[in-house]
Amino acid sequence: MILTNHRPSTIARERAAYRKRQTVRSVLIAATSTGLLGTLLVVAVTGAPGWERVQQSFFDPQIARDALPDVLTGLWLNVQLLVCCALGALTLGLLLAVLRTLRGPVFFPVRALATGYTYTFRGLPVIIVLYVLTLGVPGLRLQGMPSVLVLGGIALVLTFGAYLAEVFRAGIESVHASQLAAARSLGLTYRQTMRYVVLPQAVRRVAPPLLNDIIALQKDVGLVSLAGPIDAVRAAQIATAESFNYTPYIVAGVLFVLLAIPLIAVTDWVTLRAARRQAER
Amino acid sequence: MTGSGPPVPRPGQLVARTAGPNPPVLSCRALRKVFGGHVVLDDLDLDVAEHEVVALIGASGSGKSTLLRCVNLLEDLDDGTIHLDGEHITDPRVSPDLVRRRIGIVFQAYNLFPHLSVLDNITLAPRRVYRRDRAEAEFQARELLARVGLAEKAGDYPDRLSGGQQQRVAIVRALVNAPRLILLDEVTSALDPELVGEVLTMIRDLKADGMTMVLATHEMGFAREVADRICFLDGGRVIEEGPPEQVLGEPTQPRTRQFLRRIIEAGRLQAPPTG
Repeated sequence: MILTNHRPSTIARERAAYRKRQTVRSVLIAATSTGLLGTLLVVAVTGAPGWERVQQSFFDPQIARDALPDVLTGLWLNVQLLVCCALGALTLGLLLAVLRTLRGPVFFPVRALATGYTYTFRGLPVIIVLYVLTLGVPGLRLQGMPSVLVLGGIALVLTFGAYLAEVFRAGIESVHASQLAAARSLGLTYRQTMRYVVLPQAVRRVAPPLLNDIIALQKDVGLVSLAGPIDAVRAAQIATAESFNYTPYIVAGVLFVLLAIPLIAVTDWVTLRAARRQAER
Repeated sequence: MTGSGPPVPRPGQLVARTAGPNPPVLSCRALRKVFGGHVVLDDLDLDVAEHEVVALIGASGSGKSTLLRCVNLLEDLDDGTIHLDGEHITDPRVSPDLVRRRIGIVFQAYNLFPHLSVLDNITLAPRRVYRRDRAEAEFQARELLARVGLAEKAGDYPDRLSGGQQQRVAIVRALVNAPRLILLDEVTSALDPELVGEVLTMIRDLKADGMTMVLATHEMGFAREVADRICFLDGGRVIEEGPPEQVLGEPTQPRTRQFLRRIIEAGRLQAPPTG
């Protein structure tokens, strides 16, 4: 931006002053209405006849302190599982999406398999996949059977890989055919075109929905506890059973939200950046 | 011709001149292409000699773009044959990837890769297709960019460039493979009038270098100036061809006359002196 000696006209200055007054007014109104609504909510909840009882069984500070270490240990398992499953699901999803775009009769079985896979695993409830893998597969008593934790992780990767494959595929199909023509005309093979022209553009475009699915995965990794491993929710459940008090669940819930905030913030930032890029066009 | 692939131009030169008479660089015979019941190319013949510039003119839908896309094997033919330097390239056993490396094409909408910088757009094929090392490919790309006055744009992304600049980058990207033949598909149609000149200048320079070119165009004045031969396409055939003065000045076919009359009425071509 180059600054010049331009002096704004009277009209321009009046416009700026008016807009400033309007902004101040909007902020004041927003603050007032937020305060009012907040007060109303607090009064309604704490004034409720059963509030004291609920406060004791859900918001007991002592029990929260006691439960925190175990819940945190469980949460660490969630984090580890999330990182592994996210990487696994992203890889699987990308692979499936690329397989589905292959043309030519040679690839028909591969294409059909990939398509069948995404249909099946998007329709199948994740809990059922989890039970089959963590309870059914060990029953085979094969040699070198991985632990239930790994099997649970595989179940999540299988399910989320199918979701992510569809997101990747939408991205691949959104790249205009003229880009493929340009790449092929330069002598790039189909693989090179995918690798250097289509996928970089596709992944950038679908980054926001991909991250959104990763956030969903972050909550669902807790489901492996159904098969035994102790994650944050399971740890909270145990603590609840010991104290006959639900506070540990609230502790786990708060920790989950805290864990999600950075990921959600990154998603919002990526989305905003993508929108801005679109606007520049 | 030797069998060791296309001749490589010396630095600073775009076209490798070969000595002696050669077969036509491009030879199309009885091309036929049908899109959903509509015959776009109908028994079309076209030969292009070395260093020759051929301009394809004709109304929208006359098959100009389809012809260029077929030559670059971006579309499958329904019938006919295309030979490049005497080699039958529409033989299904011939690898299209290898053929396309010898033909450059520039599109109406530039089709630059938006996620790559100007330099990366140009060096993508040299690096990935020809496996040249990065420094060498970038040196050559910068040299070509400097020739067309875009040296300082090397690091920019396409959306930062004007249409004329984007189209010049697209031409450089096609040139960097040292193609035998360049196809230009209405390369100025998407440009603002004041940006057309810079692209036409570049094509003029290519002609001076001896590049063999086929261009589909609506710029009749430019076609007259730069083309050695003009082909008028109508209904998927070349119905009239010859030197620019003849085709644009004294057309023999009624369809050509009708087309040129409309072009003159639209102010795209000066009327020939009556007499």
